[in-house]
Order: sequence, then C-alpha cells, then structure tokens
Amino acid sequence: MRLRVDNVTKEFGGVRAVSELSFTVEPGRVHSIIGPNGAGKTTLFNIITGVYTPTQGRIWLGDDDITALPPAARAARGIARTFQNLQIFFNMTALENVMVGRHLHAPRRILPSMFHMPGIKRANREARERAAELMRKVGLARFIGADADSMPYGALKRLEIARALATEPKILLLDEPAAGLNPKETLEIDELIQKIAQSGITVVLVEHNMKLVMGVSDHILVLDYGRRLAEGTAAEVRNNPDVIRAYLGVGAVAGAA
Amino acid sequence: MGDRAQKSLFDLSVARKVQGTAKHSPHAPLSATEAAPGGDGAVRTVGAWLFSARTGGVLLLAAIVAILPLFLPNKFYFDVAIKTALHAIVCVGLNLLIGYAGQISLGHAGFFALGGYASAILTARFGWPGLVAMLAGAVGVGVLAFLVARPILRLKGHYLAMATLGLGIIISIIINREIPLTGGPDGMSVPALWVGPWRLTGPITWYWISGVTLVLAVWLALNLVESPMGRALRALHGSEVAAETTGIDVTRYKVLVFVVSAVFASIAGSLFAHAERFMTPVEAGFLRSIEFVTMVVLGGMASIFGSVVGAAILTALPQVLAVFHDFKHLALGAILIAVMIFMPKGLVPTLAALWRRRVG
Ligand SMILES: Nc1ncnc2c1ncn2[C@@H]1O[C@H](COP(=O)(O)OP(=O)(O)OP(=O)(O)O)[C@@H](O)[C@H]1O
Ligand SMILES: [Mg+2]
Repeated sequence: MRLRVDNVTKEFGGVRAVSELSFTVEPGRVHSIIGPNGAGKTTLFNIITGVYTPTQGRIWLGDDDITALPPAARAARGIARTFQNLQIFFNMTALENVMVGRHLHAPRRILPSMFHMPGIKRANREARERAAELMRKVGLARFIGADADSMPYGALKRLEIARALATEPKILLLDEPAAGLNPKETLEIDELIQKIAQSGITVVLVEHNMKLVMGVSDHILVLDYGRRLAEGTAAEVRNNPDVIRAYLGVGAVAGAA
Repeated sequence: MGDRAQKSLFDLSVARKVQGTAKHSPHAPLSATEAAPGGDGAVRTVGAWLFSARTGGVLLLAAIVAILPLFLPNKFYFDVAIKTALHAIVCVGLNLLIGYAGQISLGHAGFFALGGYASAILTARFGWPGLVAMLAGAVGVGVLAFLVARPILRLKGHYLAMATLGLGIIISIIINREIPLTGGPDGMSVPALWVGPWRLTGPITWYWISGVTLVLAVWLALNLVESPMGRALRALHGSEVAAETTGIDVTRYKVLVFVVSAVFASIAGSLFAHAERFMTPVEAGFLRSIEFVTMVVLGGMASIFGSVVGAAILTALPQVLAVFHDFKHLALGAILIAVMIFMPKGLVPTLAALWRRRVG
C-alpha cells in the first residue's frame, strides 16, 4: 500500500521540526530518509505512526486519510516501527516482547482470557511459536529463553525488529537500526533489511550509516531542517550538489562511491 | 502482500545462517543459552514451565486452603484467615493494576467498601437476595470504575496517585455522611447471606467461602496474565509508545484493568460484609487503601502469589501479635521501607529468584 505524506508540518513551540514536507513511499521498496542530526527524521516517524499529531498536513495510506487515527489503529492497518531510543518491554522476557507483536492477531476478550478458554490456549501457543521463529530469523535464537533486561544493545535492536515483524506489517519503519552496532552486526542488519524487503514488506529506513543506506535503498529522501533537500536513487542523491554541500561532504561522497 | 510474502521470511536456510552467525558474536554469555540449541524444544520447555507455574501454583494454594483449618485452634484464627483471604482477593486484583499494568491506585479500599455497603444496604434496607445484591454491587462498582478511569488514567505517576486517593476519600466521605443509608461512622449491621434455602453463617462456613473464592480469583488472574490481554497489560507498563505502535489500545487496557481490579475489590468487600456481619466506614479509609498497596508491594509486584503472601503477612501479623497491633501503621511503614531497600522486587519474586539460582 502506498504511504503518502502530504504537506506535513510539525512545530514544537517555535521549532519547526518538519516543514511543509510531501513525499510518497511506493510499496515494495526500501525507502530511506537521511539527513543530519535534528533534521526531523524521528519526528516524521512519530507523525506517520500517530505518536504525534502534525501541526498541519495529512498522512494517507492507500486511499485512506489516517491523520486522525491513533497509533494502535495504524498498526492494525499494517504500519510497524522500531525506535531510535530503544523501547523494549524490559519487564518481560525476550520471547514475550515478540509475542506482544502478535497482539492484533490474537483473541482479546476478557472472559475467555480469564477462563483460559481453548482459543486463548491456541493463541498463546501460536504466538509463542511465531515469536520464536521470528527471533531465529533475526538472529536471536540464543536469547529465546532470556529476559529482555539481560540482553546486550545490539540484540535489543533486533528484538525490536522481530516484534515489529510479528505484527505482519505492510510497511516497516526502522529508525537507525544500525546505530551503535559494530561493523559485523551492521552487516547482519543489512542482510536482514534485504531479507525483509524481499518478503514484500515496504521498508522505510532512517539511518546515518551511508554505506548501509546507499547499498539497500531503492529510493532516498534527504531532509535538512525539516525540509526536503533532495530525492532520488542512491546515485542521484550522491551526485546532487545540494546534498554534497549541505550534508554528505565531499569526503563522504567519495567514500561511499 | 499476504501470507505468501510472509512465508519467505521464515525460510529456514536463511534463518539458520543468521543463527549461525549470532552464535559466534561476542555477546555476554547467558544462563538462557543452554536452552537455545534446538530452539523449539526450548520454547516448549518454557511453555511447560509457565503452565506448571499456573496450574501447580493454584493447586498448591488450594491444598494450603484445604489443610489450614487443621491448624486453626479457634474462632479467632478462623476470622483472621477469612480476613486474610478477602484482603488477598483485593490484592490479587490490585496487583493486576499496579504490578502488571504499572498504574497506581491509592483508592481501592473505596471499591472494597462500596461492594460491602452495596451488599449491606441492599439486603438490610431493601430486602434484596444476597447474591443479587453482591452482583449489583460488583456491576455498580465496575461501572463507576469505568466512568472515572478514562479521565483518571490519562494521568501519570504522582497525579494518578493523587486522583485515586481523592476518589477513595470521596467514597469514604459519602459513606460517613449518608447516615440514613449507611449508619454513618457507627457503621451498620449486615444480614446473613442466604443462598436459596441455606443461611451461610459461622467462621467455618465463611472460611471455605473465602478460601474457595480466593483460589478462584488467583486462577482467573493468572489466566488473564498469561493471555494476549495480560501481555498487553505488561507491555504498556514496559513502554506505552511501543505498546500502542504495536497495536495495543493503551487507554482501553488501562480502563479495563482498573475495572477488573475494582470488581475484585467489590466482591471481596461484599463477602467481607456478610462474613463480619458488620460494615464501618473504616473499611473505606485511606489507611486501608495504603494497606492494600503495601501488601502488593511487600509480596511482590507482578506476582499473583506474592499478593497472597503479602496479604497473609500483613493481615495475620498485626492480629496475631498483640504488641505489633499498637504500632500497626508504624510497623507497616517500616516494613515497606525495608522491602523497598532490601527487596525492591518484593518477597515472592526475590525468593523465587534465589531458589531458581539454587536449583539451576
Ligand atoms: N518532543 C519534542 N519536543 C520538542 N522538540 C522536539 C521534540 N522532538 C523533536 N524535537 C526537535 O525537533 C527537531 C527534529 O528532531 P528529530 O528527533 O526528529 O531529529 P532526527 O532527524 O531524528 O535527528 P537524529 O538524527 O539526531 O535522530 C530537533 O530540533 C528536536 O530538538
Ligand atoms: Mg532521530
């Protein structure tokens, strides 16, 4: 499904974090959003997922205006995300974190839940199996029995991805999945993103690691001060003089090329 | 973009490759690692363990309830046991709210008292059958909790504490003031509970009623905790923003758990009224609310059995130790501070962790 950001502005007090921004994410692509610190990338994710209400503008998913929908309703429509500053359920095990991602696919009525009806039993088993499967898929097999608060940072980043995948999203928003990872872990995230994209999920990627971005992206949007600076394929963006001047710097361009 | 697309995600050859690389990554070693080889087996073991914790724990509690009367020497001790069980029911419900969903309430004695007074007033003054009065009380308290939950649960931390505190105080004031209905500060006597032709009175009868209800309450609460809804409650405790972007309607779940915990308190209150045959506004008081929270914290947040242990200790101790009785609230405060410092997770989770370390 096509995701469309339509003339969106977000102000915090006097600060314009996102400014009259419009762009479209085509289905099935890896669509990266890059830009210097404070460019408004995370704010944009918060607006797309409904965590923030835009000061102005609309968000469209397919033919539907979802601007007024709360986050949970957007998740139900197939938007999932990870967080730049980890948002793990540290009061649960790793596996349970991912099981929570099955929430929308599980029966959720109070009396059957309290009386442990067969449907609940089945849902628990299904959630447990799917969650374990996803943990193996993102490379967390050895943490299946672990408590979330005993896991290292790199593993927690993947745990968020597994949890997001458990919702069976159509669009997955990844906010700096490689930040703080060593080169080997970054490579694994790179492979994982490609695998996710191959499975038909649209990926919107915010990331500062240019090698990763240039390698996996079908399309790149460059933000600066909440505005669109440039947009296009990796090659187009890399050679855009505005981008070179304002963001990448000559050295970085040469390095990435 | 349906199932077919998803399938390739789970392609095992790819998964195994990623797993292989993960094994060699320099992550800190974990006790859980032992369980990892043969993934599915590990999951099944964890599942079996959870299952036995629920079933086994409930059976253990039922056994304790069944044999405890052998050790209760007289009516006084039966009365303590009845109060313990009824307080434990309140705490089990309250722990769903505080320990699992992470929302505080300093007003639950209000719901307990409302249930008690609903039973007392509807049976004594209006001649309703006891069970119908109890049910009406539970429904009424549920509706009240539902109506106040939305505005109240929007608040966080100290504000939520103040709002629930205020709610409890308002309930207490109303009970004190409505003298024609409630008897005011002097309290009111409550008729015996009739169920069909049976008149349920006496400490032994009420011991069994309270004990069986407690086992049932624990079973229901454990079931809820181990369901998708229960995971949603724990999730919104862990991170509201992650919970809602994962599809959990956070407000709805907060309201729901508030209502469930209020209904638990209401039913316990109704049973209390009939067991004691008397209700006073003290039951609605601020100190009672604090006692309930203390029981939950002492036993262990997010531990259903902890709530039973916490309620047992803090109900039985002051009754059994007369000296303690005089300094009850001072001692309560001291215990709470000591637990927060030395066992911030509470008795049962701390002891369970110690035991687990011993065994495995
Ligand atoms: N909740 C908030 N309240 C006030 N200001 C905010 C808030 N969130 C973001 N901002 C401001 O909006 C601007 C954009 O921030 P944002 O976090 O979206 O940037 P970013 O592109 O994600 O940066 P980074 O690469 O460092 O993650 C910054 O100036 C930031 O200080
Ligand atoms: Mg950011």
